[in-house]
Amino acid sequence: MISFEYIANSIDTWLNATFNSGLALAIEFVLVGVLCIGLFAVLGLVLIMMERKVSAYMQVRLGPNRVGPKGMFQTTADTLKLLFKEGLTPTGSDRFLFNLAPFIVMIAAMLVLAPIAFAKNFQIWDINIGVLYVSAVSSIGVIGILMAGWASNNKYSLLGAMRSGAQIVSYELSAGLSILVIVIFTGDLSISKIIESQQTGWWIFRGHIPVLIAFVIYIIAVTAETNRAPFDLAEAESELTAGFHTEYSGMKFALFFLAEYVNIFIVCAIGATLFLGGWMPLHIGNWEAFNTVMDYIPSSLWFIGKTFFLIFVIMWFRWTFPRLRIDQLLTLEWKYLLPISMFNLLLATLIAIQGWYF
Amino acid sequence: MFITNYIKDIYNGVKSLLTGMRRTGYYFTHHKEIITEQYPTEIPVMAERFRGEVLMTHDGNNEHACTGCTACEIACPNGTIKIVTKFDLTPEGKKKKAIDKFVYHLELCTMCNLCIEACPTSAIKMGQSFEHSVFNRAELTKVLNKQGSKVRDDVE
Amino acid sequence: MVEEVGVNDTGDLIINVGPQHPSTHGVLHLVITLNGETIKKIEPHLGYIHRSIEKMCESLSYRQFIYVTSRMDYLSSHINNHACALTVEKGLQIEIPERAKYIRVLMDELTRLASHQLWWGAAAMDVGALTPFFHAFREREMINEIMEETCGARLTMNYNVPGGVMADIHPNFQRKTKDFLKFFKTKLPEYDEMVTGNIIFQNRMKGVGILSKADAISYGCSGPTARASGVNCDIRKLYPYEIYDKVQFDEILDSSGDCYGRYLVRMEEMRQSISIIEQLIDNIPEGDFQAKTKAVLKLPKGEFYTRVETARGDFGVYIVSEGGLTPYRIKFRSPGFSNLSALNHMACGQKIGDMVAIMATLDLVIPDIDR
Repeated sequence: MISFEYIANSIDTWLNATFNSGLALAIEFVLVGVLCIGLFAVLGLVLIMMERKVSAYMQVRLGPNRVGPKGMFQTTADTLKLLFKEGLTPTGSDRFLFNLAPFIVMIAAMLVLAPIAFAKNFQIWDINIGVLYVSAVSSIGVIGILMAGWASNNKYSLLGAMRSGAQIVSYELSAGLSILVIVIFTGDLSISKIIESQQTGWWIFRGHIPVLIAFVIYIIAVTAETNRAPFDLAEAESELTAGFHTEYSGMKFALFFLAEYVNIFIVCAIGATLFLGGWMPLHIGNWEAFNTVMDYIPSSLWFIGKTFFLIFVIMWFRWTFPRLRIDQLLTLEWKYLLPISMFNLLLATLIAIQGWYF
Repeated sequence: MFITNYIKDIYNGVKSLLTGMRRTGYYFTHHKEIITEQYPTEIPVMAERFRGEVLMTHDGNNEHACTGCTACEIACPNGTIKIVTKFDLTPEGKKKKAIDKFVYHLELCTMCNLCIEACPTSAIKMGQSFEHSVFNRAELTKVLNKQGSKVRDDVE
Repeated sequence: MVEEVGVNDTGDLIINVGPQHPSTHGVLHLVITLNGETIKKIEPHLGYIHRSIEKMCESLSYRQFIYVTSRMDYLSSHINNHACALTVEKGLQIEIPERAKYIRVLMDELTRLASHQLWWGAAAMDVGALTPFFHAFREREMINEIMEETCGARLTMNYNVPGGVMADIHPNFQRKTKDFLKFFKTKLPEYDEMVTGNIIFQNRMKGVGILSKADAISYGCSGPTARASGVNCDIRKLYPYEIYDKVQFDEILDSSGDCYGRYLVRMEEMRQSISIIEQLIDNIPEGDFQAKTKAVLKLPKGEFYTRVETARGDFGVYIVSEGGLTPYRIKFRSPGFSNLSALNHMACGQKIGDMVAIMATLDLVIPDIDR
C-alpha cells in the first residue's frame, strides 16, 4: 500500500543505489529542507484560511468566498499583496537585530518540526530524547520576540515584548509539567516509543484523571505560549499597544504572522502525539476486529485529523472568550495552573507506580 | 475554607467558559443561521417608504404635477432644491408661471423628507435607489422634470 | 496611533490615545499620564467632530432644525428628535393626539433597544470577545428594517414633526414588532451565556472604575452610568412625558457603581424596554397621527426647555425665542458630556486595560459630546 513510509524508504534505497552514500545523504538533507519549507508555506495558507472561515461561521457570516471556489485562493492573494508592501526599517533601530528577529522565530518553529512523527515510521529525526528536545527548543522563540521588541526603538513595542516574554516563560512551566505526566506513564522520552506505547489505546483514555487534567492544562498553556486569544494582550488591536511587531511591515511581518500559525500547528501536533496517540489509530484494548478496521485508515490521516481537531479547539477559544489583562494572565498561571499541575504530577506518579491505569 | 473556595472558583469558571463555547459551537455547526446578503449578486429590495432620492412622478403623457410654487425649496433646510421658473402662455392668452427646471443637488440632500411633506400637489416622492456613486460630481446635480414635460391640466 | 508625547517632571509617561482608535467610540483624543502601568490622569480633548450644530440651528426654522439632532447622538436619533418636537410643542402650546403619543413612545423604546444592542456588541468587542458584535448586529438589523418600513430611514430617521409624527405607521409595523420581540427574547439568554456569565469578562469588569453615588451626582452623570451607582435619575419616572406615566416599568438601580454594575443595568433596561413595547403594541388608539399646525411656525417670545431620557442619559433641549421664524439660541444638554467628565475620576489608579473597559461601559457617542 502506498504510505509515506513506503515512499520514503523507496526514495532512500534508490538514492543509495545511484549515488555514493555521502552524496545521497546530502541530497536527502536538501530534500527534507525543501519539504519543510514547502510544508510551512502550505500550512500557512491552509491555517489562515481555516481561521477566517471558522471565525466567520461562528459570527453568523460567510468567510472569504469570492476568490476561487469557496474562497480557497484568498490567502494566496493576501500573500501576493504582502510581498508588494514596502518593508520599512525605523530610524534609530538596531538594524541587524531588527532584521534577524523574524528569522529566529521561524528557525525555532522549524527546529521543533524534526522529532514530530507525521505517519508511521515517517519522522525526520527520531532522537531518543524527543520530548526534552521539543521543550528546550521551543523556548528559543522567546529570544526572537524580545529581540523584535528591543530593536524596534519604540517604547511600546518594548513593553509589549516584555509582557509577551513574561507570558511565554511562565506558561512553559505548566506545559512542561503536563508533558511530564505522559513521560511518567510511558517511561520513555522518545517520540516514537511514546506513540508505540499507545498501541492499546490513547493515553487520554488509558490514563484517566491525571492525563485528562494534564491535557486541559496543556491546551491552556500552549494557547498562552503562542500568544493566542484569550491571552493575546501583547498583540491585541483594541488595547493600547500593538505589541512587539508594530514596526514590522511587508515580508518581515508576514514571517511573524506565518511563524505564529506554524507554532500553533506544532504545539497541536505535539499535543496530538503525546495525548491522543499521534499516528496511532484508535485501538480499544484487545478488541481485535475493531482494531484491524481502524488500521485501514492511513496513519497520516489519523495524525492530520487529530492535529486539526486541536487547532480547531484553539481557534474556538479565540472567537469565544474576551481577553485577559496581564495581571490576570499571570495570576492564572502562577496561582492556578502551576499548583494544579504540580499536584497532578504527584497524582500521576502515584497512579503510574501502582499501575492503576488501563 | 480556602481549598473549597478555590475548587468552587475553578469549577464555576470552567463551567461558564464551556457554556460560552457551546453557544459559538452551535453557530459554527448551524449554517442556516448565516444572514449574509451577498450584495452584488442579490440586490436588496428596499421598503416602499425608503428615502433614497427625490423623484418627480411623471404619468404616461409625460406630465407632472409640479406648479412651481417653491414650497419645497423653502422647506429644504440646506438649499438642495432650486426651482427655475418661466412664464407660459395659457390658451386664454394670459401669462402663467410654470416650472422650467427643478434643479436637485443630490450631493447636498440629507433625505430628511421635509420637501415631500411640504409639497401641496404631491408632485415629488422619494425613490428607493441607494446606489448613487458616480465618478464625476457633475452627474449628481439632477434636473427632475423630464424634457418636454408640462404640468397636468387639473393641477392648480 | 500611539506615540510618546513626552515625559513630564515627575518622570511619568504621557501618551495619546489618538483621535483614531478602535475603542474610543468616535473621535476622542485622550491624553493619559501613566506611571508604569497605572493611570495617573486622563485628559479628554474634544472637538474633533464639532460641526456647530447649535449655531446652524439659529438659521433654520422650527420645522427644519429637528433633522440635525438625529446626527448628534445617532444611536438614539429618534429620541433626540422627540425632545426637539416636544420643546417646540411646548412653545406653541399644542396638544398632540393620543395615537401620535403611542407611536412616539413605541419608536423611542425600539430605538433604545437598538442602541443598547449596539452598545453590548461594542463593549464585548472592546474587551476582546469579537463574536458578540456580529450577533448584536443581527438583532439590530431587524429593528432597522422595522424603522425602514415606517419611517423611511434606518439610522437618522426624521420622523417626528412638531404636532406628531410624519406619517402613520405601516400596516406591517405591529406584526413585525411582535415577531422581533419573540425572536429577541430567545436571544437574550444567549447574550448572558456568551458574555455576562463568562468568568473572564466578569474579572475584567468587576471592581473596575467605581463611581460612588455622591460623585455621580456631583459630576452630573445621568442614564445607566448614574443608575448603576444608585442615583434615581430616570427622566421617564421623575418627569414623565408623553404616556410614560401610564406604562408599567421598573427603574433599574444598582449599588455597586463598577463596570459590571453598569453592564447589568443596561441589560436589565433592555428587558424593561421589551416589556414597555409589549404593553403598548396592541393598544395603539385610533386617531390622527399629526395635529393640525400652521404651515409656518412661530414660537412666542420666551425660553423653553424639555428633557427626555435617551439611551445615554438625560438629554435636554433649550430654545430661546425672540418671536421670529428662527430660534435666537438653541442649546442641547448632552448626556455624554457629563458622563465623560467622570472618566478621570473613575480611571485614576487603574491599569490601562481597565481604561478600555471603563470607556466601553460608559457608552459614549462622541458626536453627541461635540455636537
